[in-house]
Amino acid sequence: MLGFVGRRLVYLVPVLIAVSLLTFLVAALLPGDLAVAMLADEATPEKMAALRSEMGLDQPLVLQYLHWLGGALAGDLGRSLRTGEKVLSAILQRLPVTLELMLFAQLIALAIGVPVGILCAVRNGGAFDRLMTAIAFGKLSVPAFMLAIVLIYVFSVTLKWLPATGYVPLDEDVVGNLRSFVLPAVTLGFGEWPVLMRVLRSDMIATLQEDYIAMARAKGLKRWRILLVHALKPSSLTLVTVTGINIGRLIGGTVLVETIFALPGIGRLLIGAINTRDFVVLQGVVLFVATGFVLVNFVVDILYGVLDPRIRYGRA
Amino acid sequence: MAALDVEVEQIAATPARRGRRVFWLAIAWIAMVVAAAIAADWLPLASPSDIDLMARRAGPSPDHWLGTDALGRDILSRLVFGARISLTVGLIAPLLGLFIGGPLGMLAGYFRGRIETLVVGGIDVLLAFPPLVLALAITTYLGQSVLNITITLGILSIPSLTRVARAATLSFADREFVTAARALGASHRRILMRELLPNIALPLIAFFLLVVAVIIVIEGALSFLGLGVPAPAPSWGGMIAEGRDSLDTAPSIAFLPAGAMFLTVLAFNIIGDRVRALTDPRQGAL
Repeated sequence: MLGFVGRRLVYLVPVLIAVSLLTFLVAALLPGDLAVAMLADEATPEKMAALRSEMGLDQPLVLQYLHWLGGALAGDLGRSLRTGEKVLSAILQRLPVTLELMLFAQLIALAIGVPVGILCAVRNGGAFDRLMTAIAFGKLSVPAFMLAIVLIYVFSVTLKWLPATGYVPLDEDVVGNLRSFVLPAVTLGFGEWPVLMRVLRSDMIATLQEDYIAMARAKGLKRWRILLVHALKPSSLTLVTVTGINIGRLIGGTVLVETIFALPGIGRLLIGAINTRDFVVLQGVVLFVATGFVLVNFVVDILYGVLDPRIRYGRA
Repeated sequence: MAALDVEVEQIAATPARRGRRVFWLAIAWIAMVVAAAIAADWLPLASPSDIDLMARRAGPSPDHWLGTDALGRDILSRLVFGARISLTVGLIAPLLGLFIGGPLGMLAGYFRGRIETLVVGGIDVLLAFPPLVLALAITTYLGQSVLNITITLGILSIPSLTRVARAATLSFADREFVTAARALGASHRRILMRELLPNIALPLIAFFLLVVAVIIVIEGALSFLGLGVPAPAPSWGGMIAEGRDSLDTAPSIAFLPAGAMFLTVLAFNIIGDRVRALTDPRQGAL
């Protein structure tokens, strides 16, 4: 097991270095002069030269990268070009909103995916199973932003039950905070349940054919007890890892959902940085998000190995 | 693993749907959208950018079959011209990925060794970014235009297509007919082009169609965020975003482009799913 973790760790380092290099190069190599972009109309040769040397843009690329990477490793992602705010503290300040959104989305996905998965497995091939499988397939063609518009139309505009935008901090008003998260979390979580449902369904169908299930049935145990205690537990191993992989997917989805519902999370920070052409913030957020993404996937990989020993010894 | 990849795999993991009628309906819809997009200039449509402030948010009428948006622009015309953007980006970007990723995957799967390590490593790095985040970052630096967005999304579609090409090549590389060709003295080039390519073409095309669906969605997301094709050019994602402000008075402004996009993405998913079923005998849907 330690060897497995070690091998994955050794692989993690070059990937992270490559990710940081790509993040840096996208900013450094692509056309468009940062100084021109920042100064816009006020760009004069003198001002641009001054700004360049101030930002270290006149140094060789390798030095710029090492300087930036060194700062990033020490927790210094630079300061916003617009507000002068430290990029890392701006990110950390918004992180709780994004995490809360992801947590609720994941819970919603589980709340739909698990029961539906169980029911489909029980009546495998039945009308409900076919209906849900068809819905899951159709769901794949509904992008999050489309679903968001429908939800806003139904629950905010027509029924007026929930706010369409706006964010209430948790420490100000707990109920208001939860209300502001309902639509965003449903939007984000709704995209994930088909994956969970499908994984659980196929695992559960296999489990239900085991001898010990027949045994439990023969003993006259209650149906729901067999399902929830005897069958669900051994069927949920893959579910755990898929839930982990989903965290990675959700990171991308938050950008869109936070923007639509005006939640002040990391995604909003990113879009704001793009709109104001705040390249330092953009670079910092992309690095932070991509690193988080890689780390989450690393943990999931390890988890896979823990749950399924074949992976530990098979590949790698 | 990036979302694009998982998303496509997720579609690929669903059991193939039967039902010939659905498949032909999907084909018909795509054919109609493609035809409309190509012929948009010759169709008797209002201009997609003509603003008519006297007829804002109007319902369907003989002048405007599907009504007008918040600026009084003809919705039908904007839908048709928007289809151009969605299809151009949605088809060309995955083609770009196919022509780069396909050969890369084949080389990696055929030669193995160092080439494979390099290719797989490169894919892992690209997959380390959430695709939407990477797309946003690149288009921000490149600037918003159809060309730049196509290139960006093309790059994004390389990893998953490379993986499929590699996996398919791996499964054929050790088969008897390849060994036989090699024994007959065929060159690597000939084996790759004549023996392997015809065999991996179908699974690759099936996967390509699913990527098209995903790319149309990502392009829509970019446009929805106002970071896709710049206004006033109509795009489905942008139209949905504009329609948001009129949800209370004229919800169709948002729902019409949403419906068009949904049907198009669904159609590509159905067709791709069907083609995949042809290549996968286990599904028995032949």
